[in-house]
Amino acid sequence: MVENRPWANVFAHTVLIIGVALVVFPVYIAIVASTQAPYELLRGTLPLLPGSYGIENYTQMWQSGVSSSNSPPAALMLWNSFVMAMAITVGKLFISLLSAFAIVYFRFRFRIFFFWLIFVTLMLPVEVRIIPTFQVVANLNMLNSFAGLSIPLIASATATFLFRQFFMTIPEEMLEAARVDGAGPMKFFKDILMPLSVTNIAALFVIMFIYGWNQYLWPLLITTDPDYTTIVMGIQRMTSEENPQWHLVMAAVVMAALPPVLVILFMQRLFVKGLTETEK
Amino acid sequence: MASITLEGITKTYTGDVQAVKGVNLQIEDGEFVVLVGPSGCGKSTLLRMVAGLETITDGTLNIGERVVNKLEPAERDIAMVFQNYALYPHMTVYNNLAYGLKNRGFKKGEIDQRVHVAAKMLEIEEFLERKPRKLSGGQRQRVAMGRALVRDPAAFLFDEPLSNLDAKLRVQMRVEIKQLQRRLKTTSLYVTHDQLEAMTLGDRLVVLNAGQIEQVGTPMEIYARPATMFVAGFIGSPAMNMLPVDYLHTQGANGLLDNLPDGTDIVGIRPDDMHLTPPTAPHLTVDSTLALFEAAGAESHLYVNLADSDQPTVIRVSGQPPVAEGETLQFYVTRDALHPFNSATGQRTPSPGE
Repeated sequence: MVENRPWANVFAHTVLIIGVALVVFPVYIAIVASTQAPYELLRGTLPLLPGSYGIENYTQMWQSGVSSSNSPPAALMLWNSFVMAMAITVGKLFISLLSAFAIVYFRFRFRIFFFWLIFVTLMLPVEVRIIPTFQVVANLNMLNSFAGLSIPLIASATATFLFRQFFMTIPEEMLEAARVDGAGPMKFFKDILMPLSVTNIAALFVIMFIYGWNQYLWPLLITTDPDYTTIVMGIQRMTSEENPQWHLVMAAVVMAALPPVLVILFMQRLFVKGLTETEK
Repeated sequence: MASITLEGITKTYTGDVQAVKGVNLQIEDGEFVVLVGPSGCGKSTLLRMVAGLETITDGTLNIGERVVNKLEPAERDIAMVFQNYALYPHMTVYNNLAYGLKNRGFKKGEIDQRVHVAAKMLEIEEFLERKPRKLSGGQRQRVAMGRALVRDPAAFLFDEPLSNLDAKLRVQMRVEIKQLQRRLKTTSLYVTHDQLEAMTLGDRLVVLNAGQIEQVGTPMEIYARPATMFVAGFIGSPAMNMLPVDYLHTQGANGLLDNLPDGTDIVGIRPDDMHLTPPTAPHLTVDSTLALFEAAGAESHLYVNLADSDQPTVIRVSGQPPVAEGETLQFYVTRDALHPFNSATGQRTPSPGE
């Protein structure tokens, strides 16, 4: 910016700072609350400075959980959430990459029909099809299992659609060059399509992971065994007690927020790299 | 190394659109053949059928001794250079060159040796560890050539490989391709729409129009004796002028047109064969007005309006024109500069004894 208008600058910064504060404040409160003694939070006034019970609260939450509300240790719940989110993410990416590959690069009967079929399911979120899906999962004896938690959520029209759009931007000549170079379809997929899609895969990985991590209704419906409680469910259970132990709830909340942040931080390098080094 | 034989090669798209109509062509071992024609004439389709990227609707294609109609591109032992290079953007130049060899199960040492030989030949050794996007257009073009070279295939197929380069680089690469092909003696089939590129590169030219072969011959044969009006107009720049015989008669033909072959009603005259000073041999004299003058350095193009005719005509002369725009000038044409054609058939009319 070559412009030199100090007041505009100040104004812009003020607006941005207020915006950031609005977003950060609840997070700050959660962190502060998670470090208080059990009784601090029941007094009605929320302390604004961190207390000295941080280590104690987190250790208790991590190791033993809140037995009164049937919440297992956070370590287990985080693990469950992680397994579920990873299974959903990896499964979604794998299946949507393959189906987009089929739809873009193979000529078969009803190709367009299948594409539209996939596209139409975009309009059916989990909540709409939850009852029939539950019926199917129950009949397959997949209640209280990781398979039941993840498989029904794996099919992804969104990801398939995005990969299809991306594959269509790859020049036809790339495929032809690979054919002349003796690469069969799966080799082309593995050696050329996948490496070119890294940026898209990274971006979708983040989106899908957060989607999986935040699943609430579905796990609540199909798991009754505490061994399969996910962190989101756990938090809900702890808060619906008569006297929620807010210091522990807040500790769980902070822990629940960390993995998505880590995934974003890790994947960000991949897709920022991909975005700055346009490879086409 | 192999010859390529096309017998009645036909491509029909759905909806009965015939892109290529029964092409017969024999390409000898080690020969450099250029397919040239305007866009949409089917030259690329023909090349892609040879490569195996398009199915052949009808006809037989032989590469070497084998009929390859149904084979995958990789099984035809050909290498192709694409117009947009089609380099794998995520692989280094080295891996781009090595990929085809890896897929064919070559040993690491052999791959390494071949890649380095090809890279050296094309002077891209220093770029081997770079990604294609870090290369200039000319360097990418070399890598694309290298990818074909390392395989040591029976034939090279070039699909307008120079059209993405700037004019200067195009001339340079043209020379290099020619030299390389001379050295390796690999059978080559080259597609271009640029008649100059075709003339300078090919041992033989195949001029295509609307899916059919118009003429096959060495560049000079085709230039000197175009078999059809289409070829006459397509090869050579500026294009050959076409003047009706009747018109020339009105301009005082002096019996010069009397011995034209039967059926000739139009004659082609190359812009270079129209002289501004009267030659000693018997000649036609045509009056015209200089409409526009284009200086192109060593030569200039004179766009003239003929007296009593609206036929657009171009004359190529060396140096500057003798008159200013809007003034009249006369040009002279000798008998042997006339290419006789029949405008109904579009064919050259055969001289007696041919």
